[in-house]
Amino acid sequence: MKILNDNDLIVIDGVSHTFNTNSGSLPVLDRLSLSVPENGFSAIVGPSGCGKSTVTRLVAGLLKPDEGSVWFQGEKVTSPRSTVGMAFQNPVLLEWRSIIKNVLLPLEIVPNDLSASDRESRANDLLKLVGLSGFEDKRPSELSGGMRQRASLCRALVHRPEVLILDEPFGALDAFTREDLWLTMHRLREEEPFTGVLITHDLREAIFLADQVIVLSGRPATVQYNQSMPQQGPRSLDQLYKPEANEMLNILREQIRIARKGEEPAA
Amino acid sequence: MRQVFVPIFAMIIFLLFWEGLVWVNDWPNYKMASPSDLWPAFWRFKGLFLTFGWETLWRTIVGLLIAIAVGVLFGMVMGFSKVMREGLYPLLVGFNAIPKATVVPIVALMFVGQHDLNTVLIAFMISFFPIAVSVSIGLSTLEPEYRDILRSLGASQLTIFWKIALPKTLPEFFGALKVAVTLAFIGTNLMEIVSPHGRGLGALFDSGKTNADYPLMFAVLIALAVLGIALYYVVVVLEKIFAGWAERSTD
Ligand SMILES: Nc1ncnc2c1ncn2[C@@H]1O[C@H](COP(=O)(O)OP(=O)(O)O)[C@@H](O)[C@H]1O
Ligand SMILES: [Mg+2]
Repeated sequence: MKILNDNDLIVIDGVSHTFNTNSGSLPVLDRLSLSVPENGFSAIVGPSGCGKSTVTRLVAGLLKPDEGSVWFQGEKVTSPRSTVGMAFQNPVLLEWRSIIKNVLLPLEIVPNDLSASDRESRANDLLKLVGLSGFEDKRPSELSGGMRQRASLCRALVHRPEVLILDEPFGALDAFTREDLWLTMHRLREEEPFTGVLITHDLREAIFLADQVIVLSGRPATVQYNQSMPQQGPRSLDQLYKPEANEMLNILREQIRIARKGEEPAA
Repeated sequence: MRQVFVPIFAMIIFLLFWEGLVWVNDWPNYKMASPSDLWPAFWRFKGLFLTFGWETLWRTIVGLLIAIAVGVLFGMVMGFSKVMREGLYPLLVGFNAIPKATVVPIVALMFVGQHDLNTVLIAFMISFFPIAVSVSIGLSTLEPEYRDILRSLGASQLTIFWKIALPKTLPEFFGALKVAVTLAFIGTNLMEIVSPHGRGLGALFDSGKTNADYPLMFAVLIALAVLGIALYYVVVVLEKIFAGWAERSTD
């Protein structure tokens, strides 16, 4: 299956990848193909250890696939490119820096011609957008888990990346904080143009945030199921509790069940 | 204020207790000198205490600086490369396990008469291990997410080291440095005591022993303790400046 479309920003084309581990070779991806349209938001779900994070590392150019290729705006990805922003489950903020200094980190690395005050106002705008105004000069250790994750999102976006890669970013947060952050994500999407790739194990999160949910099979992973969401762009939490949403959840749950069946039994 | 008074108060209590213990048991000087005997000993040899104290101090500091340089280098090599860690670690552990008292005469024979070199060398050898270990652990436990975030932005290994790995390792480094300071003093004194015609507080201690001047020996111990405390708190201040962020604020 080859997906080629003019408005696709990211195209993963027949990628296979195998890791060499102490206990032999571990095939992780098997002829995986998928694409994410520009300004779209795709969620990738699948059994744990199936290769989701590996996919994000491929997209970020941190890893070269054994076979197949990754395309970004029609260009082949061969090395890291600063048009990517990343946030993980662990917000990994630098404890010795204030929140705003943490957010500014990418601008110290990515070449840009912003003045110091431009950079700061950029960071301040983002912090305001995620509700962290007034915390600019606090240390990360003074913030709650949800607030750290918000700061981590700001850092991922401060250099205006074209792709935002989120690898289980809200996995460690409690349910209420998580819902708050979902709404923040929609707000960010409205204000900041970016293309999102979200790895998650929370199917609710996937259908609430994404325009397209991709279910990966068990390892070695390939695309098992691809579901377009009826509603694209921002939506309200109420919709999550409507029957349509439940229907969608059931379909995805069934797909995950199938994906896990194909899993090798745990050694 | 409290931070100054409490330690001084504790010191006075300790000296009083010591004095009382000697007085109550009526111990002779060769068994245990009392604090009141020490002052005359200091006064008689005040010139030597100053020059030899300085001698001991600078040798210890130079030994420490070399230990920092070598320890950080080894730590970086082991922290960044798993292969190097696997290869070097057993060697370092073995080297560290050798009691330095046995190395002292060997080194003394290797560089006969070069007291400064000998002493600095032992101070270095005894104190670099904790530094190497702490830096390597600090670097190897760097969360992979940091690396991914910075590399995805196109940062070089050097940038990752300067911006993240190095500052992140500082708390562990200073923790190790506090241990290393004390060890380095032990190293310096081992050598100073053993070297014939040596200089430094260790040599003064040795001459006290030769001349059965027991108060002098105790006075040297006190002088060493004072130097040790001073250097230790220098490290504490540096730690506050460079790694103060790692402190959990409790008040
Ligand atoms: N650098 C690596 N070297 C060896 N094995 C790896 C490496 N990265 C990931 N793996 C293995 O590949 C599999 C897929 O990893 P990952 O993509 O992180 O899974 P997921 O994110 O879906 O949980 C796991 O079994 C993991 O242990
Ligand atoms: Mg993962």
